[in-house]
Amino acid sequence: MADKKPLIEVKDLKEYFYINTGLFSSKPLKAVDGVSFSINKGETLGLVGESGCGKTTVGRTLLHLYKPTSGEIWYDGKQIKTRSDIKEFRKKATMVFQDPYSSLNPRMTVSDIIGEPLDVHKLCASKQERQDRILELMGYVGLNSEHAARYAHEFSGGQRQRIGIARSLAVNPDFIVCDEPVSALDVSIQAQVINMFDELQEKLGLTYLFVAHDLLVVRHISDRIAVMYLGKMVELAPAKEIYDKPLHPYSKSLLSAVPVPDPKVARANKRIVLTGDIPSPLNAPSGCPFRTRCKYATDKCAEEMPEFKEVSKGRFVACHRVGDIN
Amino acid sequence: MALLEVKNLQTSFFTDAGEVKAVNDVSFTLERGKVLGIVGESGSGKSVTAYSIMQILAGTGKIVGGSIKFDGQELVGAGEKVMKTIRGNKISIIFQDPMTSLNPTYTIGRQLMEAILLHTDRDRKQAYERAVEMLRLVNVNEPERRMKQYPYEFSGGMRQRVMIAMALACEPDILIADEPTTALDVTIQAQILELMGQLQKELGMAIIMITHDLGVVAQICDEVIVMYAGSICEQGTADEIFYNPCHEYTKGLLRSIPTTDTAGRKLQPITGTPIDLLNMPKGCPFAPRCNFAMKICINHRAERMPINSDHAAACWMNVKHAIQKGELEIENDEPAKEKGKGGESDG
Repeated sequence: MADKKPLIEVKDLKEYFYINTGLFSSKPLKAVDGVSFSINKGETLGLVGESGCGKTTVGRTLLHLYKPTSGEIWYDGKQIKTRSDIKEFRKKATMVFQDPYSSLNPRMTVSDIIGEPLDVHKLCASKQERQDRILELMGYVGLNSEHAARYAHEFSGGQRQRIGIARSLAVNPDFIVCDEPVSALDVSIQAQVINMFDELQEKLGLTYLFVAHDLLVVRHISDRIAVMYLGKMVELAPAKEIYDKPLHPYSKSLLSAVPVPDPKVARANKRIVLTGDIPSPLNAPSGCPFRTRCKYATDKCAEEMPEFKEVSKGRFVACHRVGDIN
Repeated sequence: MALLEVKNLQTSFFTDAGEVKAVNDVSFTLERGKVLGIVGESGSGKSVTAYSIMQILAGTGKIVGGSIKFDGQELVGAGEKVMKTIRGNKISIIFQDPMTSLNPTYTIGRQLMEAILLHTDRDRKQAYERAVEMLRLVNVNEPERRMKQYPYEFSGGMRQRVMIAMALACEPDILIADEPTTALDVTIQAQILELMGQLQKELGMAIIMITHDLGVVAQICDEVIVMYAGSICEQGTADEIFYNPCHEYTKGLLRSIPTTDTAGRKLQPITGTPIDLLNMPKGCPFAPRCNFAMKICINHRAERMPINSDHAAACWMNVKHAIQKGELEIENDEPAKEKGKGGESDG
């Protein structure tokens, strides 16, 4: 179903936050440090990594919720640079947030929450049209018209996330950044919402950037998966290939750590347990960021950052030793 | 004799809106050196079961019935004095959130030593040595230096290790772990689970692992209890629960989790939303969401029925299957009559 033409292209994106270290000194926290990727029309790109690896920042910077420190963002063959570009872009690209409790205004009714993007972008000519559109959106996500006048606190977590999704669909976008949209939900509700993302993609031809830390969920929904570590992308590959044979040592240990819900598989599984913790992004190691926890690291890894390059068709890896260890 | 024997435990919270039956008739036993998993969604009563065992319920919560026997000693109604000899000493607990379970104003060393000084006869010097030894046991590097540090200087995984060290310092017989890895990343989760498994074998303690993640259960548990709306729907060995689930809720849960084979296919979610504990239905609490609910499910709560020696479930479907297979005859008492009618349901 994925079209070959890229809808979103990101080139060498950097996002630094400056942290005050003294009265007059500050230090850059390199949340995203030179990330490049593209997402084709109708495709879902999964973005995984541990907390603090910069995956959420990639999603937010992509939508210009943070001003990128440097790098280029292209949408449908056009670079997003000026304020008017951004305004147009936001009609085409929206976001679903992680926490369905804090991302909905408790003082607004459901119909006002869903209608707000319509008002901001002046998409509806009349009140009737606005009302019809809101009900249509609620129908998409399985809410019915009697929910329209209620407030967010009257809904369960799963239903709130549906409201958030309806809001993100209001401007009729082509592209949605889903930032951990199911991690706050119970298992039985999670499956309902994941299926809804699938159905909406089919029906409306959406393209997703799906940011999550639950690797089984990402595997289920994504066409391709990108793995991040300390602000850098270490591997990008089609979902099946990366699960069958991860190439980067970090992807290998990350995937082996996934608890498989099957006791026999779990007993047989040889986990590659990483020692230590993820280093602070304020004091990232020189060279390859993963080298401090990597059992294959050599002197070269400490000296230079490995290039993020294509090793076979559609598979990108940033590792000096990718040839030797696989 | 079982190490821990919980029988017909009932715990309620008395709120302004009414009595919330958070735990309803829960029974299980835990043998020495075993790992028991309690699985369920939020509000299923899994944490309240643990808090009832420790008797650390919030002010409005109360154990209203049943018995909890630790090593033959009755704990329900035993009073604070007895509980103080049990808590931390015989049964320890680690909580979900290592960020808020440690006091930010005391050093790690002081907090670790506090537990040891309180529960054992050791003097300060011995307690210090024990604390350092415990930190080393849970793989904290440079324990002497770490003892002087404050919780903010530790990462999430390290703090959870400290919590484990603290819980194990007095060599408890039972460790209750309430979602110990939920707040952690997968690689750190793998480290912690590995550590818990290894310590459990070394020290021979029993673990009650409370989690919503079936992956974690498959990883570490010998036996599993599945809870829904305060009751046990199914209990058995891990293999029985995963490969031969006999309650529709367990089946639904197992179907709804994405695995590596589900890519490109639709998941099969459990429809509807969890029930409101203030308005519990008369029959099976899962019946409103169950695709196979029969008339009897709506009117009568199924009792715990043995499937085999390692496995029991509270689901009328097992009776229906047994009747269909001719293993069970319908007698002429009341529930059985309903069963006959129920057979024509949408299932």
